[in-house]
Amino acid sequence: MTEATSVQQPVARERSRHSGRAFELRGLWRAFGDRAVLRNVSIAVPVGSTLAVLGPNGAGKTTLLRILATLLRPTSGEASVLDCALPGEAWRARGRIGLLGHEPLLYRDLTAAENLGFHARLHGLADEAAQRVDELLRQVRMSRRADELVRNLSAGMVQRLAVCRVLLHEPELLLLDEPRSHLDPEAGALVEPLLGPARGRTRVLVTHEVDAALAEADLVLALRAGGSVAYAGRASGLSAGDARAIYGGAP
Amino acid sequence: MTAHSEARAQRRASSLVALRAILVKDLRVELRTLQSVPAMALFAVTTFVIFRYGLDRQSLSGGLAAGVLLATVLFAAIIAVNRLFVAEREEGGFDAIRLAPVDGTALLGAKAAALVIYLVVLETIAVPVFALFFLNSWGGVPPLAGVLLLADLGLAATGVLVSSMAANSRARDLLVPLVLLPLLVPVMIAAAGASRELLAAGGPSYDGVAKWLAVLAFYDMTFAAVGFAVYDYLLED
Repeated sequence: MTEATSVQQPVARERSRHSGRAFELRGLWRAFGDRAVLRNVSIAVPVGSTLAVLGPNGAGKTTLLRILATLLRPTSGEASVLDCALPGEAWRARGRIGLLGHEPLLYRDLTAAENLGFHARLHGLADEAAQRVDELLRQVRMSRRADELVRNLSAGMVQRLAVCRVLLHEPELLLLDEPRSHLDPEAGALVEPLLGPARGRTRVLVTHEVDAALAEADLVLALRAGGSVAYAGRASGLSAGDARAIYGGAP
Repeated sequence: MTAHSEARAQRRASSLVALRAILVKDLRVELRTLQSVPAMALFAVTTFVIFRYGLDRQSLSGGLAAGVLLATVLFAAIIAVNRLFVAEREEGGFDAIRLAPVDGTALLGAKAAALVIYLVVLETIAVPVFALFFLNSWGGVPPLAGVLLLADLGLAATGVLVSSMAANSRARDLLVPLVLLPLLVPVMIAAAGASRELLAAGGPSYDGVAKWLAVLAFYDMTFAAVGFAVYDYLLED
C-alpha cells in the first residue's frame, strides 16, 4: 500500500485566490482532549473531482467532513477550503458547501416544505425559494409529502428531504457522509443523479462501499482506525483488496 | 468598496433575512407545539396562588408586590430560556445556521426577539392575574408595562447568551439558572425599584422611576452589545 506522503501532489508555496483546488490539507491534526482522531492528514483535491474517504469506524471520517464543512477547527496543520484558509476565512466558504451528514439538519416540527423554505432563506434564496423547493421535492418524489411534518416522515423520506436541503443552494463542495443510508434501492437511484458529478462541483464521499467508491472516485483518502493516513492519491492507484485491508480484512 | 468588505456587507444583509427566518421558525414551532409559553403561564399562575396562601395576604403593595410579580416572571422566564436552543441542539440547527453565509448574531437576535415575545405574552396573562389576586387598584398596571418591557429586554439579552453557552453542556438545566440568576440581579433591583413606586399603596408614584428605567436601559444596551460582540465566537467550535 502506498503511503500518503509519497503520492501527494506538491503543495504550491504561493496560492492564488483561484488555485484550482477545492480544498487542501497539510499536516492536519484534530484531537478531542488528549485523543487524536486525525493524524497528519495531507491531500489536495482539484475542483470538480470526487474524493472517496474510506476507513473503519473511528478512523475520523466524519470529523474530517466537519472540518471541511468549517464546523470544526483543525487542532494543528493547515486547511484551505474553496480558497479560504480555515478557520480564519471560514465565513467566506460558508454558503458554498453542502453537508449531508448523519443528522438531516431538519426541524421535526416543521413540514418538509417549511424546512426547505427555512434553509433557502438562510442561504439568501428568499425570492426563488418556493420555486426551488417545489422543483427539488418533485425530483425526489416528495411533492405529495410537502405539507407533512418531518416527525411523521419515514427515515428514508427524511434522507431524501436532507438531499434536497443540501442541494438547495447549489454548493460548490458537496460533503456526503454515507448518503445512501436509510434509502431503499429505488430511492437510492432517485437521489444518485442529484448527488452525482456535476460541472464545477467537487464531492467528498464517505462510504464503506469500497467497490462503488473506487469506481466513482477520482481520488481516495484511506484512513486507519485512529486517524492516520493509509493511502492518499488516485483511485486507480489503490486496489480493492488493499482498500479492504484498511478495514482489517473485513469485506 | 473592496470585494472583501462587499462580501461582509452582503453577509450582513443576508443575516437580517436569516434573523427573520429563524424568528418565524421559532414562533411557528411554538404555536404548533405550545412547549414554552403555556408552561410559563401555568407556572406563573400557580406561583401566585402559592404566594397568596403562603403570605396569607389579600392584597400587596409597594416592594412586596413588585417582588412577588418580578420573581415570578423571572422564574417563569427560566423555563423558556432552558428551552430556547433545544431544537438547535437536538435537530442540528446550530450546524445548519453555521453552514449558511450569515452572522451568528442572526441567531442571537432571533432568539432574543422570540424570548421577548414569549415574555410579553406571559405578562399579558400573568399581570392581570396578579392584579386580580393582589392589587386593590389597577392604576399602576399600565405604566408597569414599560418597566416589564425593559426588564424583558435585559432578560432576553442575557438569557440567550447563557442559554447558548450552556446548550452543549450535559448540566445545562443546572447551568442556566446558576449562571443567569446572578447576572440578572441588577435587572431585578432596577425593575423592583421602578415597580415599587408604581405599585405603591396609595396609587402609582413616579418618584425615582426614571432613574431605575435608565439603569434598566443601560443594562439592556450593555448586554446587547456584549452579545453582538462575542456571539460569533460562542458559536464556533
